[in-house]
Amino acid sequence: MKRRLRSVANAAAVLAALLLLWQLLIWVFHVPRFMLPSPVAVARAVVLRFGSLAQSFAITAAAAAGGLLASIAAGLLIALLFAQSPWLRRMLLPYTILLQTVPIVAVAPLIIMWSGAGLFAVTLITFIICLAPIIANTTQGLISVDENMVNLFLMQSATPSQILWKLRLPHALPSFFTGVRIASGVSVIGAITGELFAGSSAVGQGGLGYSITYALAQLQTDYLFALVFAATILGFLFYFIVVFLEYHFLHEWHDSVRVTEP
Amino acid sequence: MPGVETPIAAPPSRPYICFDGVAKRYAQRGGSAPASILEGIDLTVQEGEFVSLIGPSGCGKSTMLKLVAGLTPVSAGSIRIEGLTPENAREIVSFIFQDPTLLPWRTVEQNVALRLELEGVTRIRRQEKVASLLELVGLSHAAGSYPRQLSGGMKMRVSIARALSTRPRVLLMDEPFAALDEISRDRLNEEMLRLQAEQGWTAMFVTHSVAEAVFLSHRVLVLSAHPGRIAHEVAVPLPYPRTAETRLTPEFEQVVAHVSRLLRGVHR
Repeated sequence: MKRRLRSVANAAAVLAALLLLWQLLIWVFHVPRFMLPSPVAVARAVVLRFGSLAQSFAITAAAAAGGLLASIAAGLLIALLFAQSPWLRRMLLPYTILLQTVPIVAVAPLIIMWSGAGLFAVTLITFIICLAPIIANTTQGLISVDENMVNLFLMQSATPSQILWKLRLPHALPSFFTGVRIASGVSVIGAITGELFAGSSAVGQGGLGYSITYALAQLQTDYLFALVFAATILGFLFYFIVVFLEYHFLHEWHDSVRVTEP
Repeated sequence: MPGVETPIAAPPSRPYICFDGVAKRYAQRGGSAPASILEGIDLTVQEGEFVSLIGPSGCGKSTMLKLVAGLTPVSAGSIRIEGLTPENAREIVSFIFQDPTLLPWRTVEQNVALRLELEGVTRIRRQEKVASLLELVGLSHAAGSYPRQLSGGMKMRVSIARALSTRPRVLLMDEPFAALDEISRDRLNEEMLRLQAEQGWTAMFVTHSVAEAVFLSHRVLVLSAHPGRIAHEVAVPLPYPRTAETRLTPEFEQVVAHVSRLLRGVHR
């Protein structure tokens, strides 16, 4: 406990030092406010426009969470199919890698053209960007079960569903969480990227990504910074929730509950 | 009673596991002639007998166990376990692997209960059985621990308890103690003999250790490789109960030396 307190104190000290340095830079070099607002100006923007900031935050959070949850459901299902059929896996698994390498920034405008701008398009973009890590990791977890463990079940005349529920799924849990952890990080990036193109459907009020383009166009750099911080906090929040769940489900029996980014 | 020899364990009584002209061949890639793992295996294991298989790598000793377990079919000949095919005999056969193969997300207790659970034994019956099994292998204190908290020897005890949970009549063991330190291995050897004396199952035991094979077995089979065949058969005349003291007797040393020589012979 004491050690945790100290590490929090250390982090806070670094943050204070960075803020001070930032403020000093502005004072020393007389940086104009529209180029780089001071920490105080950013803080003021947060307070004055807290309502719209919170609303943007909520919109982006909803899109990111929706896309992430949908990709977890779909990814799990696809991984189960891949685990059941080596044939299907050989045919289709390479394409999930393609899914991962697709430049989402280039594809996003297309998706918006097809599905119309708005929350749905943003969620869809998030879904696409989250899907690959979940499929790849979960499939790996499902198929990497030790042969003798399967033999153990077979010798007891276990049914396929018993092997799935009592062996493959629990065995895959750590890799599944690795996939979700990676996806949780990119989900917020996906949602904001989507909003950069598609967030303008609700006039005047969109998610963080939309508000960032808007603030930039208006040269409201202090609010832009506030939005960037909000986006960072949102990403951290998602990551933290996943790491917490991972810890909750795995820490008793699994050695490699990692808290660092892969 | 002075002057009376310690009795030899219940003399092996009736044929229990019968290999009749068994061969195992695997198809090779590219359609060339199938690789022959085992050829012409004729073997009868008596009920309550402890038989060890020893031999160079690739002699098919592990494959023999897999055939008895019904995990892979014979290519020729037949295997009967109390008259049943391996597939039909599964209920009375247990397998202990070299790796303890515990499910890491289950506690010791839940691991031991696994096979009973798959068989559909009720929770209450399961708890009773598991408690007595853990006592049998001396792990009652670790019932709630997870496998990662256990030493190698303790994990193997859990694996043994799980194998015994279904009251098997045949126990197949594939180098179960190979990864353990010598002291744990010796102690578990002694416990296996105690458990066998209590429960009377028939055992086929694969090992690389001559001393272990001699200590445990009524009979040691030395296999040769390419293809695997039974090259020699050595009856171990040591009296039961065998204890740590048994390992210090000249008779034990003699049998070990004899089997070692035969083993060197088949190694070419």
